[in-house]
Amino acid sequence: MSETILLAHGSGGKLSHDLIEKFFLPLFDNAILNQLDDSAAFELNGEIAFTTDSYVVNPIFFPGGDIGKLAVYGTVNDLAMKGAMPLFLSISLIIEEGLSLEELKIIANSIKAAAEEAKIKIVTGDTKVVNHGNADKLFITSSGLGIIPPGTNISGANARPGDKVIVSGTIGDHGIAVMSQREGLKFSVPIKSDCAPLHKLVAEMLEISRQIHCLRDPTRGGLATTLNEFARQSRVGIQIEEEKIPVSDAVRAACELLGFDPLYVANEGKLVAIVAPQDTEQVLGKIKQNQYGAEASIIGTVTTEPEGKVIMKTRFGASRIIDMLTGELLPRIC
Amino acid sequence: MCLAVPVRIVSIEGTNAEVEIGGVRRQVSLWLTPEARVGDYVLLHTGYAITVIDEAEAEQTLKLFEEMATIDEAH
Amino acid sequence: MKLIDEFRDVKLGKKLIAKIHQTSTKPVKLMEFCGGHTVAILKHGIRQLLPPTIEMLSGPGCPVCVTANADLDKAIALAKLPNVIITTFGDMMKVPGSYSSLQEAKAQGADVRIVYSVHDAVDIAAVNPQKSVVFLGIGFETTAPTIAASILEARQNGVRNFHVLSLLKLCPPVMKALLDLGEIELSGIVCPGHVSAIIGSHPYEFIPEQYKIACVISGFEPLDILLTVDMLIEQIERDKPTVEIAYRRGVKPEGNIHALKLIEQVFEADSANWRGIGAVTKSGLKIRKQYEHFDAEKVFPIVSAPVREAKGCLCGEILRGVKTPHDCKLFGQTCVPEHPVGPCMVSSEGACAAYFHFGASHE
Repeated sequence: MSETILLAHGSGGKLSHDLIEKFFLPLFDNAILNQLDDSAAFELNGEIAFTTDSYVVNPIFFPGGDIGKLAVYGTVNDLAMKGAMPLFLSISLIIEEGLSLEELKIIANSIKAAAEEAKIKIVTGDTKVVNHGNADKLFITSSGLGIIPPGTNISGANARPGDKVIVSGTIGDHGIAVMSQREGLKFSVPIKSDCAPLHKLVAEMLEISRQIHCLRDPTRGGLATTLNEFARQSRVGIQIEEEKIPVSDAVRAACELLGFDPLYVANEGKLVAIVAPQDTEQVLGKIKQNQYGAEASIIGTVTTEPEGKVIMKTRFGASRIIDMLTGELLPRIC
Repeated sequence: MCLAVPVRIVSIEGTNAEVEIGGVRRQVSLWLTPEARVGDYVLLHTGYAITVIDEAEAEQTLKLFEEMATIDEAH
Repeated sequence: MKLIDEFRDVKLGKKLIAKIHQTSTKPVKLMEFCGGHTVAILKHGIRQLLPPTIEMLSGPGCPVCVTANADLDKAIALAKLPNVIITTFGDMMKVPGSYSSLQEAKAQGADVRIVYSVHDAVDIAAVNPQKSVVFLGIGFETTAPTIAASILEARQNGVRNFHVLSLLKLCPPVMKALLDLGEIELSGIVCPGHVSAIIGSHPYEFIPEQYKIACVISGFEPLDILLTVDMLIEQIERDKPTVEIAYRRGVKPEGNIHALKLIEQVFEADSANWRGIGAVTKSGLKIRKQYEHFDAEKVFPIVSAPVREAKGCLCGEILRGVKTPHDCKLFGQTCVPEHPVGPCMVSSEGACAAYFHFGASHE
């Protein structure tokens, strides 16, 4: 095989077939994929969760991961946020002509490792190659299917006044880790992206409480945007306390340097949960036992007023509105 | 844009310095503060150190707050 | 983080707040000149913590906000020239000029790059010898010496394709112009901390002398700002206006002599056009003749169409402290960060952007 990806690798001819059969198939090996039919076929019983996401992060390699790992865990997490057990994944690649096979190999191996960790099968996929300059090395779209256990009702519209808001760990890690690699910023940070699969954590939480009303992973737009989404969907107010929000020292420092607010920086391995008050302490305890939830914290409460808004009490006791992200805080990071 | 961040100088090479804050490191220019030394804290503004921070004054200001607090509590 | 966390201490902050409440008896108007202070005040909810006797007004200390449309148009015209790379601080991208913005120019194919430092612009010039790199020099005295340094460094290293469009402005002259307009009854001014790190405290002495207004130079952490307000109130209650430095760890009375020399070497004071205020003598910095090779205005033919001002935009009055963002009919309706009518809504230090983003829940 050649050292770099050429336009011909996406054209459907011999090179395309070589890429699929000699490169991807051995890595993602499973009975459904190996059929190599135009569609994957399987039976599913129950309520199905179905999600899709495109990954255009630039750069494609960053401390703590790469676009491949992101593409798998990001979609696994979207399924997990509905309480679903992830089952099947599709991976579509748009490769920029000239990407080295070496780099593609690393990404493909990341996808494989992530899929194995999340116990999700890659059952169908696609590869296209575009002219040099038309994709930042690589874009990935992944769609995921999972089954939601009966009796599970998690939605952004379910928050009720009195519920508590939990965040599963430190915020801003992913966004800052990616930013540190971007051209022109030139700073080094001792932090890695928090990119991680959260489906097991969610399963553990659901085991001990049936009163988990909302779940979301605060990716683009950060914690602030996710809380605003909940407030709007559920038509409630949310009050949080500045002092309770977990932020690592390095993220704090990087945000000071760049003039960012950690509340708006993306996360790829954290969740926000809104839980009925009587179950909150138990759920918090369970999250803290999980490897991805050690720094979890109760950060606030759901209120009736002001509807659709998020208010934060600052360390000095004053209150201010926390708006959604307006405009673009960071370049493409997921 | 008037914002500047206090950072500590870790090493100096010519007119450039490597600085650190909370574990984050960056290269900055010392063109405006040629008197800066390793170990100094400087105010970083858009990639340049704009002044060397007077740590003694920082201590004094904090002491002023503490004393204010004590006087008030006495009332 | 050292030298930051200590100045955010809640216990000490609450004591300062209590002292201000005890000391302040007369209703007073204080202006925070610098946009960075407006943001810090709103971010920490400081207005709510102060007694009702104190009213805080935001001023024209936002370098992006006070850049006139004519100057923005120049920058955008430069972006459209062939073989020109525009380098700029991120703030400038979305600011609307008469017809367009840098972001729009970029979407249409102009090479516009965001840099964190003017130093990076020189680096870009060095690796792109066949192109011309123009840095948009927006800022006050804090940024001016860094740009002076970059021009000297470029000259030293033989980087001939680096140019600066100098839109730099000076604070004391515009403070005077603002006070001379006599539109607001100010008792005190929160003076810009990092501008003062460069210029020191002496340039403000005319303010208490001629206008009997209290001046205190402030840092940006909550305790810094509270200390500043406390010192201003003390001056006002004792009727002894003067210039004091609250930000003693960052500002010396004589400023940064080295930085001032750099500014003096490369620039000379000239008339400049301030949005909302108009032309103010000797309030801008022009590149000196011996460095005119680096002056984008001398090197490039800048042709822009007649200037247009946005209808209904109150940025001018807001910058003068005469109106607040809430007084503007467009605020939060037609004028929001995604599609701003004026720069105050889109600059990271703009009053409108700060009010929109942080608006206190009680308003």
